[in-house]
Amino acid sequence: MTDILQELEDRRADARAGGGAKRVEAQHTKGKLTARERIELLLDEGSFEEFDMFVKHRATDFGIDAQRPPGDGVVTGWGTVNGRMIYVFAQDFTVFGGSLSETHAQKICKIMDMALQNGAPVIGLNDSGGARIQEGVASLAGYAEVFQRNIMASGVVPQISVIMGPCAGGAVYSPAMTDFIFMVKDSSYMFVTGPDVVKTVTNEVVTAEELGGASTHTKKSSVADGAFEDDAEAMMEVRRLIDFLPASNREKPPVRPFFDSPDRIDHSLDTLIPDNANAPYDMKELIHKLADEGDFYEIQEEYAKNILTGFIRLEGSTVGVVANQPMVLAGCLDIDSSRKAARFVRFCDAFSIPILTLVDVPGFLPGTAQEYGGVIKHGAKLLYAYGEATVPKVTVITRKAYGGAYDVMASKHLRGDFNYAWPTAEIAVMGAKGAVEILYRSELGDADKIAARTKDYEDRFANPFVAAERGFIDEVIQPYNTRKRVCRAFASLRGKKLENPWKKHDNLPL
Amino acid sequence: MFKKILIANRGEIACRVIKSARRMGIATVAVYSDADRNALHVRMADESVCIGPAPANQSYIVIENVLQAIRETGAEAVHPGYGFLSENKAFAEALAKEGVAFIGPPPGAIEKMGDKITSKKIAAEAGVSTVPGHMGLIDDADHAVKIADNIGYPVMIKASAGGGGKGMRIAWDEAGAREGFQSSKNEAAASFGDDRIFIEKFVIQPRHIEIQVLADSHGTTLYLGERECSIQRRNQKVIEEAPSPFLDAATRKNMGEQACALAAAVGYTSAGTVEFIVDGDRNFYFLEMNTRLQVEHPVTELITGVDLVEQMINVAAGKKLPMAQKDIKLNGWAMESRLYAEDPYRNFLPSTGRLTRYRPPAEVAEKAQAVRNDTGVYEGGEISIYYDPMIAKLCTWAPDRPAAIAGMRDALDGFEVEGIGHNLPFLAAVMEHPKFTSGDITTAFIEEEYPDGFTGVTPDEDTLQRLAAVAAHVKMHKEAREAQVSGAMANHKRRIAPDWVVALGRQTFPVHVDENGDGTEVRFEDDGSLSVRSDWTLGDRLFQGDVGGVFMIVKVDFIRGGARLRYRGADLKAVVRTPRQAELAALMPEKAPPDTSKYLLCPMPGLLVSVAVKAGDTVEEGQPLATVEAMKMENILRAERRGVVAKVNAAPGDSLAVDEAILEFE
Repeated sequence: MTDILQELEDRRADARAGGGAKRVEAQHTKGKLTARERIELLLDEGSFEEFDMFVKHRATDFGIDAQRPPGDGVVTGWGTVNGRMIYVFAQDFTVFGGSLSETHAQKICKIMDMALQNGAPVIGLNDSGGARIQEGVASLAGYAEVFQRNIMASGVVPQISVIMGPCAGGAVYSPAMTDFIFMVKDSSYMFVTGPDVVKTVTNEVVTAEELGGASTHTKKSSVADGAFEDDAEAMMEVRRLIDFLPASNREKPPVRPFFDSPDRIDHSLDTLIPDNANAPYDMKELIHKLADEGDFYEIQEEYAKNILTGFIRLEGSTVGVVANQPMVLAGCLDIDSSRKAARFVRFCDAFSIPILTLVDVPGFLPGTAQEYGGVIKHGAKLLYAYGEATVPKVTVITRKAYGGAYDVMASKHLRGDFNYAWPTAEIAVMGAKGAVEILYRSELGDADKIAARTKDYEDRFANPFVAAERGFIDEVIQPYNTRKRVCRAFASLRGKKLENPWKKHDNLPL
Repeated sequence: MFKKILIANRGEIACRVIKSARRMGIATVAVYSDADRNALHVRMADESVCIGPAPANQSYIVIENVLQAIRETGAEAVHPGYGFLSENKAFAEALAKEGVAFIGPPPGAIEKMGDKITSKKIAAEAGVSTVPGHMGLIDDADHAVKIADNIGYPVMIKASAGGGGKGMRIAWDEAGAREGFQSSKNEAAASFGDDRIFIEKFVIQPRHIEIQVLADSHGTTLYLGERECSIQRRNQKVIEEAPSPFLDAATRKNMGEQACALAAAVGYTSAGTVEFIVDGDRNFYFLEMNTRLQVEHPVTELITGVDLVEQMINVAAGKKLPMAQKDIKLNGWAMESRLYAEDPYRNFLPSTGRLTRYRPPAEVAEKAQAVRNDTGVYEGGEISIYYDPMIAKLCTWAPDRPAAIAGMRDALDGFEVEGIGHNLPFLAAVMEHPKFTSGDITTAFIEEEYPDGFTGVTPDEDTLQRLAAVAAHVKMHKEAREAQVSGAMANHKRRIAPDWVVALGRQTFPVHVDENGDGTEVRFEDDGSLSVRSDWTLGDRLFQGDVGGVFMIVKVDFIRGGARLRYRGADLKAVVRTPRQAELAALMPEKAPPDTSKYLLCPMPGLLVSVAVKAGDTVEEGQPLATVEAMKMENILRAERRGVVAKVNAAPGDSLAVDEAILEFE
């Protein structure tokens, strides 16, 4: 009997050894942890339960049947993060370079099916050389099976991908369809075709890091939502993110004890808006000062910095924040910032996360680059996302809300629940100078007259009261009181119920 | 007595004057420039008047604008504070003409003491000990070199109208004298509109000790003890104290009497300061007389109990001083730390911007301890590029010097300033320095003890261990809260194990943490245990509590991956992990910070005055590359190593941000 029990331990030990001590050491030398080590860091201590530890591939071509390691290059299972259930798969680079086989894919599919059925997030830790070439089309089929599940799970359970090694070719499309992609600096890359193919086809000489490293994808392509220094930091930060997210679209976002009074007033906000209307200020300061304990989890920090997106908590509950950033491009909307914010708004709406919008927007960025790039359709994405969102929406206009961008930024007209404005708000079709140049074209030669006209326009529109007279602004609030007002607003919206008409699905301007 | 006074100044000194005036029942008028529209002194005053654009030479030092404000508001007297118009004879005269009282000395005294050369002559005549030097004006650089050769190096080259370190250079040789003469002259012209220069012997092992005098128009001239102001950086005072740890009663009396003799000789009234340089043998030489309220006057107030501003106002109103020399008793010890908006880690370069957080420690006035903070800023206020970078003066008082220092350490730990670079860590470091605590200081203290600039503080073993205990305590609170998030699996809650590894700076401490009543007991693997008691909760940015019997105030900020702890000038990242997490984290590669050596980065926000090189030039180490002006100071940026300039990215006249690349090297 003991022998039989012992055999289980032996088999487990064999499976846990992965690709063996030598390959594990090679992984460590590269500054990377093994799949199981990563899972250990991600989950609460001792909470991991592994599935399919003994699964082996069934391929026979090119002599691969000589090697059939248990687990087949991916570790799957479930565990908890701060007691909340999640499903996880981690590709094991020490076994066949983490390459994806039919059975490897089946293991991933199994936990994804369970996650969808049981309503818990799926976290994928990617570290794979790609398809297992020896298996040919069976491997490709495996990818597609995973893709299909990514699609089905989208909007049902949160899906987070962490790229912790290579991720190339078809493999990139699974992370691409998840909600968040994070990368580890210097040790991960993602691309559809690698540097060698690029060289052959286009003669471009580029390194893997330049082509698809963390810097590229967080700053240039916006494929990744964030980058971390190393594996350990990445796992800790993913834990932090999970704490903000609901387990599925069937549940409300989590709440945790907080140590920051919802009534906290902050007089320094009264001076946040500079005297000079064209001077920038840091919108992040407002976010930090509104948030519980100043905690802000920023998404896409390095991309389209003219808009800020991320999560905070108010009274312990998760709130998604979208805010124009006057420090960059005066906080205007453009193709990149619209896409960035639209995706974030849609994530929040899909998962019942209320949205706080902080507005200081001078309009859309003009220019051929923007028009040729399709700013009309990309800008419409954000408009669309806000308009379709049924979660609680609270908006605070701090300064400029000009033109179409005013409409876009969670305006009253897009079913904003609470639309606040600071006394410094200016809600108008455009800035006074531009307006006067159009309205009084014939007087442009007369500087004095134009100055007087500009002042008239400013007096009329450079304030929140014209909008408030029409009810487009529900209330003009003191900056120092913003946290209190916003907390109360969201508290009053906890029971909000709003449904869009039934449709098979919408037709967002892609 | 006056019913209303105007304060022709800004910042902390304007606020400080307003406080005394208010206590005396006198209404106050603030003046402000466009940049100071929302400044604290404007908020505090009963009335305020805008006197022009941001640059001081278009507002605060424009006599006519101040006079206009006086006429508009009907102020009966003007307190000039320090700097700006405080030692401007023309201003004092203009006020007299308007029939408005000047809360300061008579114009004659200002004139006689305002010029360094004249003042020295008068001092010598009044029997005050003076430093050897050249009394006449200097024609050009050659003349300067000749004079310097005669006096003998080292020599000090100073702007005749100067003060506060502006327009002042020390030359150790002929080349230095030549360069120093030119740059002093330039700075003097820019700062004071007066480019006259003089040269004198530079005293070695010097201390800067000054005597506070107070005189009325009824013949009473008093000295209120001394202030030791030896802790200076580039001739700008940083830390002052009263009394001096160096003077004996006899020297004090001698200096005080000479100071009074000088004041009497020029018909001085009001508060004034006679500055002396004191060598290692307690020989003292007259340096200059400041005919105004000195920045560091609070330390004198704290040990004498005299409100100098109140007495200045009384004297200006023609009243008699209510005390005699025998009534002046020095009681206890006072320290002053000047909080500058200067980044100590960037060679103290001026830092400007918004004060996103500004929370001074609580002011107390108790029998055994006092904390006083003279400030001119507030949270949410702006530090502009136009004025002096000093934003507050933090003072502590205690019965003796060690207790005053201890009080200052805690007060500095409890002072929260964010949004700009500031010298709090440096001030804290000096308070810990053995040479400072023993009182063994000279004016070269900072230069000698921090020759490579300030690079931070490494705490001793005990302190590090206590900080590790704080980190563990904080971590336990954080984890306990996180484990309470809603939606956890029923009956399968996360259990938090008691064993942790604290990585702090470069050290690691394996610890075992137990809840212990209202605190935690942190047991160290090999070295005893510390109990931590504190009412700190998550969200508090100041940890205050008892750690193993030591009261500590530690700034705690959560940053990615851990917590930033700041204490006594040390600034450390603490990462607390489970033993297994620590084991795995140890496998992570150490990453070098990005290489910026190929660039000349602008170290502060400012105006690019000139670029001394062009693309293709080979530069040697130490060669001047560019000049950036900030806070009225010209900063010469030099090559850190030999190299070839690849590209110049900025042109003179450009406004530069911190870390903007001015040049690229090949």
